[in-house]
Amino acid sequence: MTVTLNPLYRFDTFVVGSANRLAVTAAKAVAESPGTVYNPLFIYARPGLGKTHLLMGVGHAARAIDPNLHVEYLTLDEFVEAFHAALAAGQGEAYRKRFLDVDLLLVDDVQFLTHRREMQAELLRLTDALQTTNRQIVLTSDRPPAEIEALDERLIRRFAGGLIIDVAAPDYETRVAILRRKAEERRASFADGVLEAIGGLPIDNVRELLGALNRMVAHQAVSERPLNPEQARMLIGGTARPGDRASAEGDTANGGVQDPSHARPVRSELPRPSVQRSAGPTVPPSNPPTADEFSDFLSEIHATVAQQVDAWRAQIGAAVMRWEGEGYRTARLQKLLEQDAVPDVMRELDDFERDIQRLRDMETQTAELAADLVGAPAFRDPADLAAAESLLARAREGAVPPAAPSPLWRLADWTEGPSAKVALEASRTVVQEPGARYNPLVIVGGTGAGKTHLLHALGNAMAERCGVPVACLSAPEYSGELIAAIDRDAVGIWRSRYRRVSAFLLDDVHLIADTDRTQDELFLLYNVLLESGRQMIFTSAVPLAELQGLEPRLRTRLEAGLVVELPAPDREVREAVARRELGSKGAEPDAALVEFFAARPAESVRVVLAQVHRVLNAAEARQSPPGVALAREVLDGIPPAPAPEPPAAQSRRPGAHRLSGIVAPTAGGARSREKMVWDWPDVADRVIEDWR
Amino acid sequence: MSLVNFTSREITCKIVYYGPGRSGKTTNLQYVYDRVPESRRGRMVSLATQTDRTLFFDFLPLELGSISGFATKFQLYTVPGQSYYNATRKLVLQGADGVVFVADSQARRFDDNLESLQNLQDNLLAQGVDIRQLPVVFQYNKQDLPRDLILTHEEMDDALNFRAVQSYGGDALHGTGVFETLRGISELVLKRLAAGAVAG
Repeated sequence: MTVTLNPLYRFDTFVVGSANRLAVTAAKAVAESPGTVYNPLFIYARPGLGKTHLLMGVGHAARAIDPNLHVEYLTLDEFVEAFHAALAAGQGEAYRKRFLDVDLLLVDDVQFLTHRREMQAELLRLTDALQTTNRQIVLTSDRPPAEIEALDERLIRRFAGGLIIDVAAPDYETRVAILRRKAEERRASFADGVLEAIGGLPIDNVRELLGALNRMVAHQAVSERPLNPEQARMLIGGTARPGDRASAEGDTANGGVQDPSHARPVRSELPRPSVQRSAGPTVPPSNPPTADEFSDFLSEIHATVAQQVDAWRAQIGAAVMRWEGEGYRTARLQKLLEQDAVPDVMRELDDFERDIQRLRDMETQTAELAADLVGAPAFRDPADLAAAESLLARAREGAVPPAAPSPLWRLADWTEGPSAKVALEASRTVVQEPGARYNPLVIVGGTGAGKTHLLHALGNAMAERCGVPVACLSAPEYSGELIAAIDRDAVGIWRSRYRRVSAFLLDDVHLIADTDRTQDELFLLYNVLLESGRQMIFTSAVPLAELQGLEPRLRTRLEAGLVVELPAPDREVREAVARRELGSKGAEPDAALVEFFAARPAESVRVVLAQVHRVLNAAEARQSPPGVALAREVLDGIPPAPAPEPPAAQSRRPGAHRLSGIVAPTAGGARSREKMVWDWPDVADRVIEDWR
Repeated sequence: MSLVNFTSREITCKIVYYGPGRSGKTTNLQYVYDRVPESRRGRMVSLATQTDRTLFFDFLPLELGSISGFATKFQLYTVPGQSYYNATRKLVLQGADGVVFVADSQARRFDDNLESLQNLQDNLLAQGVDIRQLPVVFQYNKQDLPRDLILTHEEMDDALNFRAVQSYGGDALHGTGVFETLRGISELVLKRLAAGAVAG
């Protein structure tokens, strides 16, 4: 359940500026002396400002000082998820105790406590327990405690009793410092003034800043000349949104320091066993005999005999305590204790342990298939192995791999033009170094621009390179699967399918807008995949900055990778597509017709394809070779000329006029090609969307 | 012999008091006998010479009652200390669950103590028993005698207890250390149950 600390999120990789200096200082103080200075430490900041980095930095630094320190990091979602799983497994108490042994507990994203009264009560209990034993708790949120809706007043007071501190948006100098450090990490060099130019843009989110840097790296990789400051500003300026900078400064009120004088309670020592005249040297002469020595003797012998004769019961009792402590049911062993006859203790205990091991093996297998089933009651009862086997079988049934990319789309088939160079270069980099360079890669482009083709093609390329399973599906499919899983009460199994993939490709991510649960799941999946260095690629028909209904935590994460645009096909692409399609019939394509399509603007490859096929179909129907005249007639409604005309007359035909460079017929009114739907499968089904 | 009989639900411990002649073995048993209620003890069998030296052996059965559902019996034996009764000593030692070596603390009996201890080891070995595997405790009797006549507890330990087993100072005549010694050896014997070495 617990996520390991990201090795990159350390204090020394955190760029400190005026906006976060106080928070960093407090975090370092806590790391150096957990439980004694600011407890709890509550850090809040808007998404993308480094809360998680700082939180994990505390964990790394504390562990560096004391390697034996028990540090746990988890997000509130994981906290909730694990708690529910523990409750379902009847292990609520064991779950609570587990956290009481933690020396430094790091909880991320506690803003999701909103309206979760049960979890609020748990966190309150845990905070109190940790504070009582001077164990440290550090929390982060995207807002101060008082602004977390429906948050228990007692929790607010507890947080206020420690130190509440914010991380504000980075100022210009910090932004430039971040850019320089990250560029250095990426071994990317930029012309003088470029990073300063980007730092000067109103990007107040570190993730967006890193996304901008990625974009510059990607562009510069395919450009012959390095970017100059103006080009960089132009390139990134489009993505920079006016900052909704929160009035962060000065919000560090309520800060407080817990009384450091609280010392750790002295652990009470068990009473030493009474000293016998045990093996060893001398024993002084005994005291004079007491009056009833035999009774005393008998009493002691009684205790000894009871203890020794019942050794087998004690052995089984110890086993019961041990296995119950580990969360297993021990009814089978307890039944032995009730019988008079002495059982074959060793065999019984061996059998029991063997069955436990069997349960563990099954649980391990299940964990790989459906992590949520870990801790299920069936894996805790050695008396009912069948239930565990059934659960494992169920997990296996649900463990079919997620949708794979369509094999019809290959990267080799992709028609490349200058306008898509950045996107393609980034895509190739992703295939070469999945999870390492641009993660996630977000491809933005209009409908029909080829996003889906590219996504599936990348999926196939990565499947060949990093192995299956590569998940490739559309956002509505992903959402639909989730709904079905909820319906079947098999969310855990469904979730596990995606946590096992080697790469995750989601088409049309913009369509998950306003789907809270899907976004939650995607957020969790994102963290898991990113943590394990597995590549994610998303496509969106809407620029992320304009996407409404997407949670900021998800949007900033998408922006943290590389966002590339897939523009409308340029001339080279149109020409290549036309040549390929016209040549698919076997004959050498008519050069004039190819040129006709190349010169003809189209908003997507799909439109080019549709046009070419309309002309080819018409030519086939007329049993004549496809040519420019036919194309004009079919596509623009221009009838073929009855007789050769003088060259002067060809340049302009009466009755027709150009609209924005598009020839439109006068008959039936002016029609704009952009307003017409051409790509229906059948001519009869063509629908004219609009008439001008 | 079987220490624990799960079928008949009985525990029987045979404890042998060993040591040189006149060291106080019978006195130990006599003291115990005197302190045990009549209902708990059997008849003490003592075959003595005319000069009250043990001729054959002493035998004191103790019924400790039902403990954890087991009828618990202790059988206390002494051996004749005199060297010429070695055959008897061997016989008594057979099946012993534990041994109390009663040493005479008088300095002049130093060699007798050593000789008897060596004899104990030899006799056990003759029965295939390693003394290191058998519960044994020492009782240094007659510690009440004048200091200039006896070796102290430490000196006795240095002389005899080179395996560092439990040892008790004693004055069997007056009862000092008698029950402590019995308790000590009983616990050692009973704890062997835990290892299941003699479960039957």
